[in-house]
Amino acid sequence: MAEFGYENFEHWKLSDYPTGFVCPDGGTSVNCYTGGWRSQRPVWDKEKCSNCMICWAYCPDASIEVKDGEMTGIDLHHCKGCGVCVTECKFGALSMITEAEAQAQEKEGE
Amino acid sequence: MADKNYFSATGNAMVADAIRQCEPDVMAAYPITPQTTIVEAYAKFVADGRVHTEYVPVESEHSALSACIGASAAGARVATATSSQGLAYMYEELHIASGMRLPIVMANANRAISAPINIHGDHSDIMGMRDSGWVMLFAENAQEAYDNTVLAFKVAEDPNVLLPVCTALDGFVTTHAMDVCCKEEDEVVKKFVGDYHPEFPLLDTDNPTGQGMFGTLGNYYMKTKLIERRANEAALEAFEKHGAEWAEITGRPVKAVDTFEAEDADYIVVVLGSCAGNVRHKVKELRAQGKKVGLVRPRIFRPFPAEQVLEACKGAKAVAVLDRSDSIGAAHGPLALEVRSVFQEAGLAIPVNDYIVGLGGADVTLEHVQQVFDQLEQRVAGTYDGSLSYLGIEE
Repeated sequence: MAEFGYENFEHWKLSDYPTGFVCPDGGTSVNCYTGGWRSQRPVWDKEKCSNCMICWAYCPDASIEVKDGEMTGIDLHHCKGCGVCVTECKFGALSMITEAEAQAQEKEGE
Repeated sequence: MADKNYFSATGNAMVADAIRQCEPDVMAAYPITPQTTIVEAYAKFVADGRVHTEYVPVESEHSALSACIGASAAGARVATATSSQGLAYMYEELHIASGMRLPIVMANANRAISAPINIHGDHSDIMGMRDSGWVMLFAENAQEAYDNTVLAFKVAEDPNVLLPVCTALDGFVTTHAMDVCCKEEDEVVKKFVGDYHPEFPLLDTDNPTGQGMFGTLGNYYMKTKLIERRANEAALEAFEKHGAEWAEITGRPVKAVDTFEAEDADYIVVVLGSCAGNVRHKVKELRAQGKKVGLVRPRIFRPFPAEQVLEACKGAKAVAVLDRSDSIGAAHGPLALEVRSVFQEAGLAIPVNDYIVGLGGADVTLEHVQQVFDQLEQRVAGTYDGSLSYLGIEE
């Protein structure tokens, strides 16, 4: 929200804070990354995916990314690794790996 | 006195009528002795169509203040009332109301806390909310309970404050005893209090907001508490400013600290609430005998009116503080701690005698007050040490 210089909030003076620590805007959780809580992450196999949208319906954090009716990926900035998508997937298109594994794989890929 | 319409009423009736005149949009409350007649009277105002208030008869005090918090965040003017165990049951919501800066007005009928079970007046309940961020007003009598309740809305909704305000009156002595009272016309009160314009009404869907936000990361919690502290401190000026306006209308003075014969007094008693009545009576008696004695009574306890207490007490040879609750394990009661702190900060070595008085509705008699003034003289003479004692109780 431009009025509050929102993008700059880390540098706010005390007098800049909206009364009552109110967030003077809607939909701001998009900007608050909570994926760091995760100890495991889902991995998506695009080849096996049928775009049935069961995972999208079950995901409690709206972390299944979809465009034009097709799954495009997983929002790891907000996915907390609960695994409900993996349990519900009927096509074996989702599997869980530990964050340690994921990070090791990322390192290999570099 | 002739041009005012005086009548007899209880403190609770006066509080209920003040709330009616300020007409909150929502009142959520649960009955508990000795607050019950406030919420009964208000429920009747609603049933009789005298107010537009949405009355929510909740199943507990925990729910009462929760409903008030929701309604206040939505943008409504909100009131409630409680006492004792009910106030204790509101404990977690007290901090939510102040932390979210919601200007809720709550009457508290000051009463003992169990155990043992005791329904009578003291300050054991309300001192439990001392550190919750609420503004706390203490009435001496039914008239002041009325005036404080009207002022509570004005202070709570002041843009420099925006905090919940507790308007307290002592259980039974003030809540239930008949007193000589007068009130202002409905239109006068409505004009004085005005409309409440919330800055962030949650139900304004064109301007969505998040409220009761997550403040765990970084130091946002600490920053928010500092802002809350400054807002609470600002309530003293707001109380004096709006109090002066109210005094102009009513002819009844409003001061953060009420004094009686304190100006040239050698011996001063500091006390909150209804016990001041007997102290005032005793001061009159002793003044007639030529004794230089006085009374100092903070009408607002949070924020604490330190400068005003200092100004009232600075010339005294000795001061007695009557606390109507104990802070068990501490060396002094809650009020005595404040008074001692004021003297210490000012570099004054005024000796303070500590008394815990009137717990569970125990009477504070004129004989007791005589003993307190006698012991002030003895303190200066070096024959009494002033350490904490329970007035009227032999060890």
